[in-house]
Amino acid sequence: MKRRDLIKNITLTSVGLATAQVLPAQTENIAAGKPKKQKSNYGRTPDEVKRDEKLISETFFTPGEMAVITKLCDIILPAEGTSPSAVQVGVPAFIEFIAKDMPYQQVPLRGGIMWLENYSRKLFGKSFVAITPANQMTIVDAIAYPELATPAVSAGVAFFNLMRDLTLTGFYTTEAGFEDLGYVGNRPNNWEGPPAEVLKKFNF
Amino acid sequence: MTFQIKETPEIFDVVIVGSGAGGGMAAYTLTKAGAKVCLLEAGSYYDPADPQYITQMKNPWESPRRGASSTRPFGDFDAAYGGWQIDGEPYSAVKGTEFHWFRSRMLGGRTNHWGRISLRFGPNDFKRGSLTGIGDDWPIGYDDLKPFYDKTDKLIGIFGSVENMFNEPDGIFLPPPPMRLHEHFIKKAGTNLKIPVIPSRLSILTRPINNERGSCFYCSQCSRGCNKYADFSSSSVLVIPAMKTGNLTLINHAMVREVLTDQATGLATGVSYVDTKTMAEVSVRAKRVVLGASACESARLLLNSKSARFPQGLANTSGVIGKYLNDSTGASRSGFVPSLMNRDRYNEDGVGGSHIYSPWWLDNNKLDFARGYHIEYGGGMGMPGYGFGMGMHNNNGKYPYPNGEKLPAGGYGSRLREDVNRFYGAHIGMAGRGEPIPLETNYCEIDPGKVDKFGIPTLRFHYKWSDQEIMQAKHMQDTFEEMIIEMGGIPLGNKPGPETNYGLEAPGKIIHEVGTVRMGDNPNRSALNKYQQAHDVKNLFVVDAGPFVSQGDKNVTWTILASAMRTSEYIIDQVKANKI
Ligand SMILES: Cc1cc2nc3c(=O)[nH]c(=O)nc-3n(C[C@H](O)[C@H](O)[C@H](O)COP(=O)(O)OP(=O)(O)OC[C@H]3O[C@@H](n4cnc5c(N)ncnc54)[C@H](O)[C@@H]3O)c2cc1C
Ligand code: SF4
Repeated sequence: MKRRDLIKNITLTSVGLATAQVLPAQTENIAAGKPKKQKSNYGRTPDEVKRDEKLISETFFTPGEMAVITKLCDIILPAEGTSPSAVQVGVPAFIEFIAKDMPYQQVPLRGGIMWLENYSRKLFGKSFVAITPANQMTIVDAIAYPELATPAVSAGVAFFNLMRDLTLTGFYTTEAGFEDLGYVGNRPNNWEGPPAEVLKKFNF
Repeated sequence: MTFQIKETPEIFDVVIVGSGAGGGMAAYTLTKAGAKVCLLEAGSYYDPADPQYITQMKNPWESPRRGASSTRPFGDFDAAYGGWQIDGEPYSAVKGTEFHWFRSRMLGGRTNHWGRISLRFGPNDFKRGSLTGIGDDWPIGYDDLKPFYDKTDKLIGIFGSVENMFNEPDGIFLPPPPMRLHEHFIKKAGTNLKIPVIPSRLSILTRPINNERGSCFYCSQCSRGCNKYADFSSSSVLVIPAMKTGNLTLINHAMVREVLTDQATGLATGVSYVDTKTMAEVSVRAKRVVLGASACESARLLLNSKSARFPQGLANTSGVIGKYLNDSTGASRSGFVPSLMNRDRYNEDGVGGSHIYSPWWLDNNKLDFARGYHIEYGGGMGMPGYGFGMGMHNNNGKYPYPNGEKLPAGGYGSRLREDVNRFYGAHIGMAGRGEPIPLETNYCEIDPGKVDKFGIPTLRFHYKWSDQEIMQAKHMQDTFEEMIIEMGGIPLGNKPGPETNYGLEAPGKIIHEVGTVRMGDNPNRSALNKYQQAHDVKNLFVVDAGPFVSQGDKNVTWTILASAMRTSEYIIDQVKANKI
């Protein structure tokens, strides 16, 4: 499938905010932090509807911060084969929502971005999103491997762990994530145990 | 707001407070027998089949937080309106002690999202005092409750297997669902270690039992409430059918303040409640009062129903109300099973809960703690939700890829997709649920000077585990580790040791609180007689877990249901005999 078809496909089969239709090039849309308004349809109480509407109407990250988040999401989970990237399925917008929904995540996220920006300026004189891809990867490689990283960058390691966590959760809780994982549940069926060949494989 | 006290014109045969397991069963049994019943529920209406409440079968992306627990403690899709803390309805604990109190404010109470683990107490569970010299006997035995367990099984439906274990009585069971793959692993490990692993006993319809309710279609989401009514919720299985009799007046948003009494006769005359929508005070008159507000809430109501005739609170001449509060113990451990990596994919949702469990299998006379526990198991290829894939850097450096290569922990890019895929379904969990020793020193009481937003005095708890529960948790941890290793698995994290009481959960956290309105034969030591009828006030009954003298190592709700049915039938008999 060509990339463009693929993207069309996602928007057709996906629902609402969680899979906001965003191309990597359209980061301004994400940066605006205003995902498409979704009418909740999963048994919310009136108080919950009010709370969610309020959160969705607010913006937490600045456009600059959103650009960093988007770049990191793209590095953590790029598209592969027919499976879209984290950015294509709207993970940056999901992270924006989580920051508003879980205030305890705000300082680690915002502070982590600040740490990264500062580190990037020290090393390469510019914001993380403005340096060359090769330089971006130099920084990422320094903080992406907790057991190899130097103590001097431990704050960056913690931030990258958090970004990896949120990106994986954000991606695998979308339709594209279900597909990549091969999750075939959440539908009526008649459970008769694991398939015979699976049981046989383990001698059960 | 109005300060005028309204009174309903009708005098009901019975007024019931609370629509959970106990209140729901009382409403069902009494209305079916023709009684005119008023059911007061503090929370809102709820029907798991009404689209406006449905969370079942929704996908994680329909929630902007992907099902995280920001507003509902067990996640966005869980069918509980309430939680450990409710705005404007506080409680506290005496310094140095701890108790966590989970409340759901909705029709059906906590039975909409409960685990459906439906175990009978066994014969020994009613006789702990005489059998072990620790604790007290119940005023009734298993034989008194057995007919009501049987009727509850038939009325509500439960699956399980006949095992003929003395203290784990069999019920009238529908067929249990076959095991999932990891459950086969657990069963095999249990067999090797001589730990019994048997089919779960859950109130889920694996076969249809009547025309009002469908049967299970294996979505694994009972905690979201079943729109086919294929699992037990008090709302769908008891209260809604009770409404269909035409004998039930259900009033939602009715927060009961106290039980009203006639000072001359000492009898209950009804209750007064706050309409939570308008804050108006309303009183409901009835010939009998039944409390099913949950153990701690029923104790609170009685303690708050003070009058000149009942200065210590209603039905509390013994002073026992609030005391002997006890919750199950709980401790857990998880493990990673390398041979479950790179699994074949198929739909493994199954029913909402584990398909297996381990009933207590040892003799406490040979152990350094006095009571047993059972084990609940988790694992499988479940639906991703918030939290899925997190903590990958703790695991992905440890195991080689199929080509034999190992990569440093963490990382990014396509290896992460492979990591998520290879680890999916390879984690298992074990949780022990044990019997605590009920102690007089563990109690709830009215918190001096504190009220909730309705002006109702609130509860203060005083609860500490004893060495009995701590040693039991230690044994759980040893068992979990043995089981995980026997499965070929790797126990995760550090083994909880004495510094954390061996991972023993804080009191209240297992949500099986019982014992606050004790029943017994001696009115000086108990509030209720063996029919859960107040010694002091013969037209007042309690049908939640408040009356329970102890709780076995079994989750308590099936016993709440059976004993509420027994008390309701007793009320009917007493009315027929003109005694109340
Ligand atoms: C996540 C979870 C899982 C569980 N799993 C299991 C399990 O697998 N097996 C098991 O046996 N048990 C389980 N339990 C416990 C089970 O839910 C309770 O034992 C059971 O619901 C108690 O029934 P109840 O009728 O006493 O009280 P509740 O179900 O709590 O109902 C009480 C009702 O009374 C109402 N009420 C309270 N105060 C007032 C008032 N003053 N005026 C009017 N109304 C009032 C409440 O709003 C509520 O609706 C679980 C609980 C939770 C939270
Ligand atoms: S697992 Fe079965 S009983 Fe439970 S909610 Fe799904 S269909 Fe209903």
